[in-house]
Amino acid sequence: MYKKKENTIRWIFTILAFSSLFFLVGITITLFISAWPAFQEIGLFEFILGREWYPTYDPPDFGIFPLIMASFLVTIGAAIICVPLGLGSALFINELASQQQKALLKPIIEILASIPSIVYGFFGMVVVAPYLQKLLQIPVGQTAFTGSLLLGIMATPTVCSISEDALSFVPNSFREASLALGANRWQTLTKVTIPAAGSGISTGIILGMSRAIGETMTVLMVTGGAAIIPTSFFQPVRPMTSTIAAEMGEAVVGSTHYHALFAIGLILFLITLIFNIIAELISRRYRLKLGLGR
Amino acid sequence: MELNTKIEVKNLYFYYGRSQVLKDINLDIFEKKVTAIIGPSGCGKTTLIRLFNRMNDLIPKTRLEGTILLDKKSIYDPKVDVVEIRRRVGMVFQKPNPFPKSIFDNISYGLEINGVSDRRKREEIVIQSLKKAAIWEEVKDRLKESALGLSGGQQQRLCIARCLAVEPEVLLFDEPCASLDPISTQKIEELIRELKKEYTIVIVTHNMQQAARVSDFTAFLYLGELIEFGETEKLFTVPQNKMTEAYLTGKFG
Repeated sequence: MYKKKENTIRWIFTILAFSSLFFLVGITITLFISAWPAFQEIGLFEFILGREWYPTYDPPDFGIFPLIMASFLVTIGAAIICVPLGLGSALFINELASQQQKALLKPIIEILASIPSIVYGFFGMVVVAPYLQKLLQIPVGQTAFTGSLLLGIMATPTVCSISEDALSFVPNSFREASLALGANRWQTLTKVTIPAAGSGISTGIILGMSRAIGETMTVLMVTGGAAIIPTSFFQPVRPMTSTIAAEMGEAVVGSTHYHALFAIGLILFLITLIFNIIAELISRRYRLKLGLGR
Repeated sequence: MELNTKIEVKNLYFYYGRSQVLKDINLDIFEKKVTAIIGPSGCGKTTLIRLFNRMNDLIPKTRLEGTILLDKKSIYDPKVDVVEIRRRVGMVFQKPNPFPKSIFDNISYGLEINGVSDRRKREEIVIQSLKKAAIWEEVKDRLKESALGLSGGQQQRLCIARCLAVEPEVLLFDEPCASLDPISTQKIEELIRELKKEYTIVIVTHNMQQAARVSDFTAFLYLGELIEFGETEKLFTVPQNKMTEAYLTGKFG
């Protein structure tokens, strides 16, 4: 009787644990199946490198190169903002902050992560974009830069908390060894502590960027939505995510446009997958180097 | 033979928060001699040795009274540069703590931070230091490999080489063999005997035999007080204090 109960519980938890695998496989298969006709009808090459995205014209153009460029531009911009912000806060919290400052800052950064992206978008649209438009004297406030700014702030908690964890895992004996040799705090930080936490820090940065590239609501609301190949940070762009969100409602089910949107989703999925694999590889390599096993 | 005092401890009291860890310590460390600090765990010997290179500065809420003089100058004078003190007084820790860098970079690090910019010069000093620390033969073909791949005993000798590279005057050993096997311990002890020709050495150990084997002078600490200090031979054969005798004969520990 007891054995039977034990087994049932075991099964329930096994199924729960493996359900995420089921979802992953299911989503991947659906993406592939729904995207496949797009590649057939448009051609993989024309799809990815095509410079025009006019899905409702006659004849329509399905080139997502401007969208890919927009996504990368906004993500790189976000990285430029979230890396110094996140890493700087992590270093401050770990190396300089007093107990009280730590107790104040850590939850604040966590809360930053819990703000819904629509709120960021709303804030960006109503406050940031008009302000930037006035400040920089540009025709529209909804630009790649606006998107980068907000995504950068959104990705900061990810970069910060993962880097902070990594820094706190650096054994104190490394710091002591360095200081005992006559290194000052700054030298110890830049030449010993940060390199020793390198894997965690780069994982944090990559995961932060992967969050930024996949973010939809905010970029839809603040980047303007012009499907052109961007030549500067201060012009409207149309990243991949916001294209899908904006057009899915109007695309006729089963049309080339519909499949093309799935194909964009597939490419986005592959890009973030690559980001995550890189992050995993880096952290595994450093873990071996630090002799922490696994 | 004449003895020169290298470090002089005068009326030293030390506190962690409210608890008193060291009480009225007066002690002379002689130049180019090995001084062992022994005593049961918790007696304050590690605290004392860490005061010699101001490592306890890193611990918040500590307080020091009295003075420690290095070459007749106070190392706790507010005008003194702590970086300079730590360069002159090197330290080897209880657990080997090489950086997660290559063997070469581990030694070279101390030179880089002290402004030795010439690469050739650095290479020369790295080799010299490894030879001095009696580890050169074992690592000469793998200088580019990670130091973490070395055995514990090799790592400890690498840490000694790392100290030597910045040319200190005093070497502090805080239970350097606590985590090592007997053979590695023997190698470290041989090394210490060799190094005292050039350096003033202070070693903390809970191993009385080790103190007897390597040191010229021994200080016995108990509950934060210096119970007895003298030449190792005398202290071990005819201890003046009953407590020292009791500790040495294993009546407590």
